[in-house]
Amino acid sequence: MSRLDTIHGVLDTHGKLGSAAATVPAGADLFAHGMTSHASVNVMLALEDAFEIEFPDELLTKATFGTIEAIAAAVDALSPVAA
Amino acid sequence: MTLISIAPLSLLERAEHAAGIAGQFAADVDVTARFPAEAVAALRESGLLAASVPRRFGGEGASLTELAQVAELLGAACSSTGMVFAMHHSQVLSLSRHLAGAPAIERVVSRIAADGLLVASATTELGVGGDVRSSLCFVDASGGATTLVKNTPVISYGSEADLILVTARRDADSAPGDQVLVVCDRADTALERTGTWDTMGLRGTSSFGYLLTATVAAERVVPVAYETISTETMLPAAHVLWAAVWLGMARSATDISRRYVRATARRSIGTIPAGATALVGLVAELERFESLVASSAHRFDEIADDRDALGSVGFVVSMNNLKVTASTLVADMVARALNITGISGFRNDGPYSVSRLFRDAQGAALMVHNDRITANTAHRILIQKGS
Repeated sequence: MSRLDTIHGVLDTHGKLGSAAATVPAGADLFAHGMTSHASVNVMLALEDAFEIEFPDELLTKATFGTIEAIAAAVDALSPVAA
Repeated sequence: MTLISIAPLSLLERAEHAAGIAGQFAADVDVTARFPAEAVAALRESGLLAASVPRRFGGEGASLTELAQVAELLGAACSSTGMVFAMHHSQVLSLSRHLAGAPAIERVVSRIAADGLLVASATTELGVGGDVRSSLCFVDASGGATTLVKNTPVISYGSEADLILVTARRDADSAPGDQVLVVCDRADTALERTGTWDTMGLRGTSSFGYLLTATVAAERVVPVAYETISTETMLPAAHVLWAAVWLGMARSATDISRRYVRATARRSIGTIPAGATALVGLVAELERFESLVASSAHRFDEIADDRDALGSVGFVVSMNNLKVTASTLVADMVARALNITGISGFRNDGPYSVSRLFRDAQGAALMVHNDRITANTAHRILIQKGS
């Protein structure tokens, strides 16, 4: 499963989006697609689990989880080996 | 290459570097009950042992607020290193703030800055019932040389120090409370070890008992009554810096708890894990602790040159209460961290162990026992007119 597929899967399970994550444009505002800040905490925890990473405090902002693009960039930056 | 040559690094940047080294060796220091030599070498090389020395004597003139920030970082990494830093600067300030124009003491303070000397203290004495404001030993100038013999139950890092500040009665006829401070070079001092330091926690402070015998120049007796030094500098500086070390330990315990709860949350996404509400309480307590230490350090810095204010009943009571409150807080918070982390925290190994922190935190209430401090405060509060 590709990195993007994993992110889509996490969003489908925990993001509370109104539509399937794969159909949401990478640059679209996830909060406008139904994700709540409560759901974003679960998304973060699931991403940490899926990619075996830990988000540092400075990345725990709404912007980090605001779009699929931003999530992918954060995951890349935190992964020990580039995808 | 020493760090100081890469200047200008800020005080806190250098503290973070030293804390990194302290953390690297903290477990070994604890297990083998040895002095944190690597961390103290880093403090020396980065100029942090000289941080509190006034600029005119070659130091940085760091405020108590700044020193407390360094102490907190070190305490979070290695409690013993933090305590060595705190005790050292309490001693340095006790000299540099009470020079009374004495050239010999000024030269000592300049040497502390130039050579990065480590300063220890010998205040407690066998036979006085733990009262540091009472001495049996005395400065003996009868034979031409100035000599001093003191039987001490503890001198923290005495064997590692370059200078030892020793309290003693002014002369053979002085009352037990008529004390002076004598600056002893390690080279002029014989230390015969009389006790061990195999303790529950703070195992790296190397606080052995010694029979101390020193022969020094007469001008090495600080020309200010120890009563004044103790009230205006030693006690407030020590209590603030100790509290800062304990704050660092409490922060470390909170961070471990946070990581533990987050790992638990990952396994049950969508439900609040068991420790999360307890963690909320711990984080709130940490904020209270931060405010207490910051405001106490700031209060000292504000009145640092106001001798009347430093000697006021209100300030003394406040500084005594700081020690008691902070030492109680750290022990309580580490116990709560153990409750949150459970068996993972109870382990001596693994990423969530709070074992060392738990044992170290028990020392806080006992090093100058809280009961003794509270009794002293109760006595003073009788004459306090309100705060």
